[in-house]
Amino acid sequence: MFQFIIRRTVGALVTLILIGAATFFLFVAAPSDYASLACGKDCSPARLEDIRQALGLNLPIHQQFWDFMSGIVMGRDFPTGHCSAPCLGQSFYSGDMVWSTIMDRFPTTLTLTVGGAVVFVIVGIGAGMIAAYRRGTMVDKVATSVSMVLSSFQIYVLGPLVLLIFVYSTGWMDNPAYHPITDDPWKWFTGLLLPVLVMSTIFTAQYTRMARSSMIEQLAEEHVRTARAKGMSNRYVFFRYAWRGSMIPIVTVLGIDISSMLGGAVVTELTFSLQGIGRLAVDGAVHKDLPLTMGVMLFGAFFILIVNILTDIAYAYIDPRVRLS
Amino acid sequence: MSDNLTLPAQQGSAGTSTEPLLKVEGLTKHFPIYGGFPIKRKVGAVQAVDGVDLTVGVGESVGLVGESGCGKSTTGRLITRLLEPTDGKITYAGQDITHASRRQLAPVRSEIQMIFQDPYSSLNPRQTVGSIIKSPMEVNGIEPEGGQEKKVRELLELVGLNPEHYNRFPHEFSGGQRQRIGVARALALQPKLIVADEPVSALDVSIQAQVVNLLKKVQDELGIAFLFIAHDLAVVRHFSQRVAVMYLGKVVEVGDRESIYNRPRHPYTHALLSAVPEVDIDGTGPNRERIRLSGDVPSPILPPSGCRFRTRCWKAQDKCATDEPPLVQISGNKAGHLTACHFPEDPTTEARDEDVVMDPALLALEDAAESDTVPTKD
Amino acid sequence: MTTLTKTEDAPAPTGPESFLSVRDLKVQFSTEDGIVKAVDGLSFDVERGKTLGIVGESGSGKSVTNLTILGLHNPRTSTVDGEIVLDGKELVTATERELEQLRGNKMAMIFQDPLTALSPFYTVGRQLSEPFMKHRGASKKEAKDRAIQLLEKVGIPQPKARFDDYPHQFSGGMRQRAMIAMALMCDPELLIADEPTTALDVTVQAQILDLLKDLQQEFGSAIIFITHDLGVISNMADDLLVMYAGRAVERGSVREVLGAPKHPYTWGLLSSMPRLDGDINEALEPIPGSPPSLLNPPSGCPFHPRCAFKDEVPGTLCTDSRPPLGEGRASACHLTAEQKQTIFIDKIQPRLR
Repeated sequence: MFQFIIRRTVGALVTLILIGAATFFLFVAAPSDYASLACGKDCSPARLEDIRQALGLNLPIHQQFWDFMSGIVMGRDFPTGHCSAPCLGQSFYSGDMVWSTIMDRFPTTLTLTVGGAVVFVIVGIGAGMIAAYRRGTMVDKVATSVSMVLSSFQIYVLGPLVLLIFVYSTGWMDNPAYHPITDDPWKWFTGLLLPVLVMSTIFTAQYTRMARSSMIEQLAEEHVRTARAKGMSNRYVFFRYAWRGSMIPIVTVLGIDISSMLGGAVVTELTFSLQGIGRLAVDGAVHKDLPLTMGVMLFGAFFILIVNILTDIAYAYIDPRVRLS
Repeated sequence: MSDNLTLPAQQGSAGTSTEPLLKVEGLTKHFPIYGGFPIKRKVGAVQAVDGVDLTVGVGESVGLVGESGCGKSTTGRLITRLLEPTDGKITYAGQDITHASRRQLAPVRSEIQMIFQDPYSSLNPRQTVGSIIKSPMEVNGIEPEGGQEKKVRELLELVGLNPEHYNRFPHEFSGGQRQRIGVARALALQPKLIVADEPVSALDVSIQAQVVNLLKKVQDELGIAFLFIAHDLAVVRHFSQRVAVMYLGKVVEVGDRESIYNRPRHPYTHALLSAVPEVDIDGTGPNRERIRLSGDVPSPILPPSGCRFRTRCWKAQDKCATDEPPLVQISGNKAGHLTACHFPEDPTTEARDEDVVMDPALLALEDAAESDTVPTKD
Repeated sequence: MTTLTKTEDAPAPTGPESFLSVRDLKVQFSTEDGIVKAVDGLSFDVERGKTLGIVGESGSGKSVTNLTILGLHNPRTSTVDGEIVLDGKELVTATERELEQLRGNKMAMIFQDPLTALSPFYTVGRQLSEPFMKHRGASKKEAKDRAIQLLEKVGIPQPKARFDDYPHQFSGGMRQRAMIAMALMCDPELLIADEPTTALDVTVQAQILDLLKDLQQEFGSAIIFITHDLGVISNMADDLLVMYAGRAVERGSVREVLGAPKHPYTWGLLSSMPRLDGDINEALEPIPGSPPSLLNPPSGCPFHPRCAFKDEVPGTLCTDSRPPLGEGRASACHLTAEQKQTIFIDKIQPRLR
């Protein structure tokens, strides 16, 4: 297991470097030139050269890439000041350090992700399991049809609808916004309640369906039948024997969902005008801001890789065949 | 059936013909295992097939028997070149095809066909029976007299299916009928050798005999040679003139049917035969020897040194661990009956004075039962 | 023992020694294509300490019957009719809780494929201990001792160490041994073995069969042994029931049924089976056609479309009326006793020599 984690971590680092390289060269190879964009209409060659120099765009490309990547571990000096260790460069557009921008935005995304995940893991998987346990009954039918309807909604449909009802018409709630939990936990909670609920509603429906079908599949397994043949009660068989196997596909999807949400829930953030990582990624692309885009990309990729490793560890925990082979 | 399918059948020549159709020498397949830390590398190999010698004469049926993991299926796949041999030599009709390229292999491919075990997964569910049987002809650009469709109908009739069913899909057929479709497909290219990998073991008892009889008919009438791979010794006995017994990647005994089934010499062959459950019709009880091995077949990753059967053999001595017994004609054997054993058994399958029971649990239970009850010898 | 006697038209054929008694069992599944009559009017008895073999091909209803005895059929899609009495206790009408108390305790089951029948997620030891702790109220320690003792008995080397292993760390034969040990944990009086050796290699099968026989001597359980292999059953069973299309077509002692079979289907099975000592030049005589669909079984005798002797029965009896299976040694066929005997002696027996 230890060897496995080491090997995966090394693999993840290599992947990060490759992703960085790919993003960087794609961006550089793109036909637009940030310097001439920043220079504006009345641009003189001398001014263009100044801008290039200021942004480091006059250096050879591999040098630029090296500066960026080495800055992440060693920090970097810019004319505007020092950028310490996890330095993702300085935004072309705003001139802010990318790392501190990301750190400003991250709590919003983290709150959305964790809040959403808590809701859809507990409610979604719970409802799916209950539906499977009471298969064919009214409970099952209600859970199945409700989740069917909800999972076909989209955030950009449900979001404005909810805003209209709870914020604009009735005024029951303020416009969604992030407030640091350290300032006022209640404001933190209520501030992002609507986005979290809207986002997790759709995920919950998907997880209900997935948990139900996965559970039903497991209940048909021969080893589950053997457990019943031993006289174990239905409840015991359900929660000890069938449950474990049904978790494997769920953990897989959960890993993908959480890691992509940590990298920015673009649609949710745009729908509710929140300032999260997803918004940042859009800004970077719109403004052709190479350091910002690179930073957000690597930040997202980092989470994908971490969550991937965690998913594999979860597999090993669930299934001894993974652990012992 | 059109007579252009008929090859000179070698009737009556039970042994090897002078010029074998297929000759396999030292055939070896090792599947590498990767592992290790920090960099993965080859750490070992599954020695699935390890130096197999085998010949199949023109029109002859050779049975290849053994338990799971003995490498019999891998051998079949190597011969049909679905797998690339690690070592050894495969000669088909005088031509070395061991590492023949796709292009070199093309003419041979049509002459060596395969029938698979599972009639459910080996037929494409989205193709009609007609196109399944026709496709080998299309791939090889063969245009038989009267057209491909006529030929397909002839083949369907030959394997005992209604030619009208040309446009049906595999799921409309039962398991036995699907296996007939598989046979028809194999016959489409007028092969000279068919490698049949457990062709009847997925079928019900009453259906098995239908397919065995069909294969027998095909063999007799069309003079096609068979390599019949199966774990069921009774079926193989019924179908094959010569039989090779495999254990852990090696042939331990080979000979004509009479030698293997009535005069076996290798202890493993004895054990295998004695394990076959036979219907005791007249109620006299079996007059066959009773041999009960212990445990399962060892892993082919680290097979025992010397003779691979020695870990489960009741006759094993020190020599068996150090010297690998060669597959030779030992004294008392008929010509062509080869055995790889240092200490062969007597050539009989009759009951012994004392059963060979290697399994510790069986021994304990039987000893306890014997000491409990008053000895009533029958 | 409380004898639950239900007055019914079919007189109980056996005395009080009948430990398990199945009467007119009908199991039906509703599927998308219609109703499948998986078991259709099946009656049999199993005596204490004896082995009943049930032979049949896929779809004959042999496995469904035994899952139904344990109450493991799916209640949502199947309906069960008839009577199953185990040691005086009626099982068809028993509650789920009552059945739970019996399963793994008084009656236990050994399944075909030990790889899929054991949970990959828990150790062999835990899976063995569970029923003992549940049914006997034993402590973890007591259950562990019992499990190790049984693992040793069934021939698992180093049972103490293997107790904590997972099923995938066992070889195929060892897994089936563990499965047998699991079934024996609570000393069951009825053991149902559903094709317990079909997934195993022939030399391992021989070990397991002998082991089961020896264990039966020691534990005294009654066994229902289900298989498609007449050779296996010939070595294992005392009595034999031949099933076809959800019905019993022949019944008797193993010696009687295999030595002097009376039903054309049994004849067919015996003549289509290749043997180690038969004449090689004698061609196998397969049963023509395929097993019938249970969605739409043939009228009258379900075997008539494949039967080679239906012409010897006058009129349209075979296609119109279902032949009953009498009590004791019997076969469900319209041929007369003399006909059966003549056909067997003249046409079938010579082939089996």
